[in-house]
Amino acid sequence: MALTAHHKMQMYGALLLLPAAVLLAAFAYLPTITTVIQSLFLPGFRGAPSEFVGLENYRFLFDDAKFWKVARNNLIYALGTIPASIALALGMALFVNGKLPGRGLVRMAYFTPTILPMIAAANIWMFFYAPQIGLFNKLLGALGFSGVNWLGDPSVALGSVIVMSVWKEAGFFMIFYLAALQGIPPELKEASDLEGTSRWSFFWRVTFPLLMPTTLFVLINALINAVRVVDHLFILTKGGPNNATKLLLYYVYENAFSFFDRTTAATITVVILLVLAVVATLKFTILDRRTHYQ
Amino acid sequence: MSQSRIRLERVTKRWGATAAVDEISFDVTPGQFVILLGPSGCGKSTTLRMIAGLEEASGGQIHIGERDVTRLPPGDRGLSMVFQSYALFPHLSVADNIVFGLRSRKVPKAEQRERLAKVAELVDLTDYLNRKPAQLSGGQRQRVALARSIISEHPICLMDEPLSNLDARLRSDMRREIKALQSRLNMTVIYVTHDQVEAMSMGDRVILMQHGRIVQDGSPDELYNQPASAFAASFIGSPAMNLLPLVQGDQGAVIDGEPTTTVAPLEAAGGQLGIRPEDIELRPASEPGVPATVLSEEYLGADTIAHVAVGTHTLRVRLSGKHALTGQACCLHWAAESAHLFGTDGLRRHDLTPVQLLSAHRSIPRPPFVGSFQH
Repeated sequence: MALTAHHKMQMYGALLLLPAAVLLAAFAYLPTITTVIQSLFLPGFRGAPSEFVGLENYRFLFDDAKFWKVARNNLIYALGTIPASIALALGMALFVNGKLPGRGLVRMAYFTPTILPMIAAANIWMFFYAPQIGLFNKLLGALGFSGVNWLGDPSVALGSVIVMSVWKEAGFFMIFYLAALQGIPPELKEASDLEGTSRWSFFWRVTFPLLMPTTLFVLINALINAVRVVDHLFILTKGGPNNATKLLLYYVYENAFSFFDRTTAATITVVILLVLAVVATLKFTILDRRTHYQ
Repeated sequence: MSQSRIRLERVTKRWGATAAVDEISFDVTPGQFVILLGPSGCGKSTTLRMIAGLEEASGGQIHIGERDVTRLPPGDRGLSMVFQSYALFPHLSVADNIVFGLRSRKVPKAEQRERLAKVAELVDLTDYLNRKPAQLSGGQRQRVALARSIISEHPICLMDEPLSNLDARLRSDMRREIKALQSRLNMTVIYVTHDQVEAMSMGDRVILMQHGRIVQDGSPDELYNQPASAFAASFIGSPAMNLLPLVQGDQGAVIDGEPTTTVAPLEAAGGQLGIRPEDIELRPASEPGVPATVLSEEYLGADTIAHVAVGTHTLRVRLSGKHALTGQACCLHWAAESAHLFGTDGLRRHDLTPVQLLSAHRSIPRPPFVGSFQH
């Protein structure tokens, strides 16, 4: 077979792509496909072959009140962490982008929570939240208030977890905002100063629109993290009390490795993937049109 | 109109121990086109930024009109500025870029539209109002930046090397356009540049700076014909003025390495003799003058720059037309009025006049034959 130059070029390109393709296929696409397949079958008891049940598993899942409780928790968790951590990150980035003494130190301090492993961070916050000896209750006690059972009270526990996550995430997002802010030419600020533009007006009319690509990137990352990162639950609450802090991925973990219910775990996983895909697509299509890329 | 008078009094900018601008004073009258000229690092941009308020003066006072604006924020000084990088907002359309300042100043929408239409017409951007800056050419971006400063209707416009990002042809068009706009709108312009061509062709007045100080402040004509120092002489004109060290000779000062011809009074020895390339005539070696040898020539189309060895030095001579002279012996001649003498400190010696070179044809009027050996 005679290879034309064009075919050779295509072959060359394909070979270059091969390593990445193999890795992605083995560790991302194949597991996804097997998970989808698994969610369509019921395992047989005592060695009987598993049985194809179609969407039966999904109907069973959607009838489960606990699933909806966990999904609601996750939605509240996402709504609580994403806007707060992005706003905080932007605020911190604007602050450390200005002229202030010890700027490097402040930047490092803001970034420290990101370097800490989630497990370590959660352990630190355990001591803040501890009912009798914890930092928060000590402070409240000193001011004459009675303490709160931060992680034990079902109405407060999810909020406590959210606060800790915001603390952990904001520093990471700040780095992206800081890099983007430094990419904005200083003449733009000077040009608007010459027109007597207020700081507030400059931020909303110039800085914020120019940061849109970063905001979009951070938003997608924050969304994924809201579903993906559950390490702190292992330390802080284990999903309790009364499922008040249980998030979707933790629920998947429980189903798969505590209850050995692989089918339910696979079904929830597919639901998570679908929801994430839909939200990410929406974000890109709606926000992309309003985003200026330089 | 006195609103646009700008007065600087002993304005200084220090960064740590070094003074970028060292006690500069000048006074700009309304409607003047003033050029701040100098090599990079001479403090011209810093001076402009202090007038704009983007940089705070370490000392001295800046007055605009009757007001002392030294400590006022940029937006309260009543001036506009065109930046070297244009400083256009990349996410805004051309129209939004132009009216940016009007929105900041809460000018009513209807008036904004009216002024936008007028200014867009003026700078020829009417067809591009909906584009983003990235979709414009360099020259068009430059126009947007100009439009933004014109629409503010401030009587003073500061320009910081606005043409340095354009290619050579566009630059000469824009030079004329800016100059025409300035006189049409009767703006007071302070224009920073390191390009002496821009300075000569646009300025009513040129302030030449070096090491944070003013070297010379005068009309382009004065700077060209009466340079105040050897630095001013070498900075203005292209190719630059020839500067030759003078040493003591038998009857007066002679060019270093060429003791046969006296070119200046004895007191000028130790200083420098300056002659512009266009003021030198090449004559046959047999005639009186300064003996020289042509080393090489550069043909530039309308004229040729000959590099000529005199004593131990090389100087440039501008000859009109095309010439092939390399290797020939010749003799240089110039009129005493077109030679300049600079002292050991580099400053012009007003007290001395160069010696008139002997000329075989001095008394016979003749048509100019610059650079030609034929009669």
